[in-house]
Amino acid sequence: MSTKDNPSNSNGKFLNPTPILDDLEKGPWPSFLTGFKKLAERTKKTMIRGVLDQLEYSYKTKMGYWKGGLVSVVGYGAGIITRYSLIQDKIPEAKEFHTMRLQPPPGLHYNTKMLRELCDIWEKHGSGIVCMHGQTGDLMLQGVPEQNVQECFDELNRKGWDLGGAGASVRTGASCVGPARCDDSCYDTLKVHYEVLKHFTGLVHRPEFPYKLKFKFAGCPNDCVNSIMRSDIAFIGTFRDAIKVDNAEVKNWVQKNGMDSLVNNVINRCPTKAITLKGEGIEIEDKDCVRCMHCINVMSKALSIGSDKGLSLLMGGKSHLKVGSMLGSMIVPFVKAETDEDIENLIELLERIIEWWDDNAFDHERLGETIERVSLKEFLKGVELEPDINMVNTPRDNPYFKAEF
Amino acid sequence: MTEKAKREYKTVEHGPYDYRNDTLHPVVLKNYGKWKHHDNPRPGVLVSVAESGDVLYTVRAGTARQITVDNVRTLCDLADKHSEGYMRFTVRNNVELMTTDESRIDALIADLEQAGFPVGGTSNTVTNIHHTQGWLHCDIPATDASGVVKSMMDELMHEFRHAEMPAKVRLSTGCCAINCSGQADIAVIVKHTRPPRINHETLAKTCELPKVVARCPVAAIRPTRVDGRLSLEVVEEKCMYCGACFGACPSMEINHPEHSKIAIWVGGKNSNARTKPAIMKMVAHGLPNNPPRWPEVNKVVKDILMAYKKGGRPYERLGEWIERIGWKRFFEETGLSFDVDMIDSYRMARTTFNKSAHIRF
Repeated sequence: MSTKDNPSNSNGKFLNPTPILDDLEKGPWPSFLTGFKKLAERTKKTMIRGVLDQLEYSYKTKMGYWKGGLVSVVGYGAGIITRYSLIQDKIPEAKEFHTMRLQPPPGLHYNTKMLRELCDIWEKHGSGIVCMHGQTGDLMLQGVPEQNVQECFDELNRKGWDLGGAGASVRTGASCVGPARCDDSCYDTLKVHYEVLKHFTGLVHRPEFPYKLKFKFAGCPNDCVNSIMRSDIAFIGTFRDAIKVDNAEVKNWVQKNGMDSLVNNVINRCPTKAITLKGEGIEIEDKDCVRCMHCINVMSKALSIGSDKGLSLLMGGKSHLKVGSMLGSMIVPFVKAETDEDIENLIELLERIIEWWDDNAFDHERLGETIERVSLKEFLKGVELEPDINMVNTPRDNPYFKAEF
Repeated sequence: MTEKAKREYKTVEHGPYDYRNDTLHPVVLKNYGKWKHHDNPRPGVLVSVAESGDVLYTVRAGTARQITVDNVRTLCDLADKHSEGYMRFTVRNNVELMTTDESRIDALIADLEQAGFPVGGTSNTVTNIHHTQGWLHCDIPATDASGVVKSMMDELMHEFRHAEMPAKVRLSTGCCAINCSGQADIAVIVKHTRPPRINHETLAKTCELPKVVARCPVAAIRPTRVDGRLSLEVVEEKCMYCGACFGACPSMEINHPEHSKIAIWVGGKNSNARTKPAIMKMVAHGLPNNPPRWPEVNKVVKDILMAYKKGGRPYERLGEWIERIGWKRFFEETGLSFDVDMIDSYRMARTTFNKSAHIRF
């Protein structure tokens, strides 16, 4: 990237004054602005100077000034978010500010070697600005001119990095910390994330759907990756057998936290009243338990998830556009995800669901919107799933349906 | 022959970066799937205990999300020094370094703080804010993202460092009313208050007309001719200013420096713990989009947080606190006022009506 033609200002600094933005250098929270300014002064990259000038102008006029376009790498139709400035006449240095979306390792686990390599390649070809991470889960390299995109990508690709999704494609996945560090993880979120996204990689790179399709992988119903709202297909870990209770540890917990805490914060907070006090310990009626995770969260040492573990699939989560925010709803209450065969079966089911959606969705319609429009009943028929009482809060409360005859 | 056609390297479609390729801390790898329990001994520090008896301490620190190669290299230096060369990020833009040596936690914390990464954000804190791109990089934003978050977290620093809330608190911001605005205990989201302004000169040249018509959730857009040119018009009685059309067509400008306002939503929850997951509800709107510090927005967020901090019971998320005390008292305790626009008028409105004789005085 060119660092030529970068005369310093009359104040002797590389950057132009940004008096409004500079207010965001004050205060205790880390300032993105301070980072950008230091990077610009060190590298003398004119693109960063232009971007800061344009951001200052946005703060002054309270409007944004980027437009999209079409930039990609050979063979792909997604992964580069193209940005051209709408005010190039005023601020030519921010003419191009494209983003490369990268798919990070599942669970966002990194080693420093891979990150240093990434930084070196990125500083060579791009601005050096990084976003860790976007809301879908991408690691975003922000600020590359079109002429550097292919070479930058090739170098990254040689080191094992690949682009993420954009537009009407399967999007980059996101997974929680998983079995790497959490005792509540009911399936291997990292592995299932990796295998599923690997399988659909062609659909990540080449958008061909009615709209975007997101997967998120949460190890347990605490759903630390917000899969229920932020993905069309949420993989939420759960277990079929009973919560394991270690009543010796319950006793220790009570000694430390008090009986009132056990009653007020654990027993009374159980949503289905499945826990009863029994002597100095507790008893959980497994048939009443809905696997909400609350008691396990509070008493991590005394209570733990069962052994017959798997996951639930919830579908239809999305943000506002255009029927209002939607949470995913239960479609597959329980499926195993341990062996390679389990994962193959899971992927086969996903293929059926995606094909049905691709065939039935209107343009720009997310999976949940399609299911809502044509009915869950039609969806189940289309993807060959049996109805299950766990799919609904209650049976219907109106009589209007087409009966079989 | 173009540059691209001459290229010899053949892309490998890796998919996600292969996590099995040495991305996991050795103690993590050894105890993968064999952890026994975990705890949160103090704000910013987690302890994980494995079946093998191994104990791993994780120190969590906030980042600005919009960072640079310099910031990443600094974190790499710290990870090499304290964390065997491994680190992890959370989905809320916090960074995590790990050590098995309890006696090194203080040094690790001091180094992170020294490098400008504040330690906190675990358990009952207000953790880092999930946010979007805003004016820095998005093509449809009505406001900024990183700046809003910076100004908000500056004021919530104490709550990030201290676990004094009744339960965990998740915040998010969104720069338009359609896409990325995440669900959270408190969500700050743009709300436009005027229909789009149509550029008839460019519209037919830039946009696919049927696609724009189809994008409207309330069928308010229809084809027309303006000065002989094919274009679109908006039936203003139907339009509810969502901005969906602007996403499909830049000639339908929805953003406005004064008329694009900010709304505050509360009670979102994705966890299944205790109560079922819930979508947040709007409790304030019409707040000005006021860079660089958005003081009006920050005041409302803080008022809500402080009322919740005072009134919430242990383990009660913000939405669960409201569920218990009722919406009437929520408005009283926060000093916010309920108005007619907070009564749903969209497709599922009836599901939010009070179909009972239960009232609060």
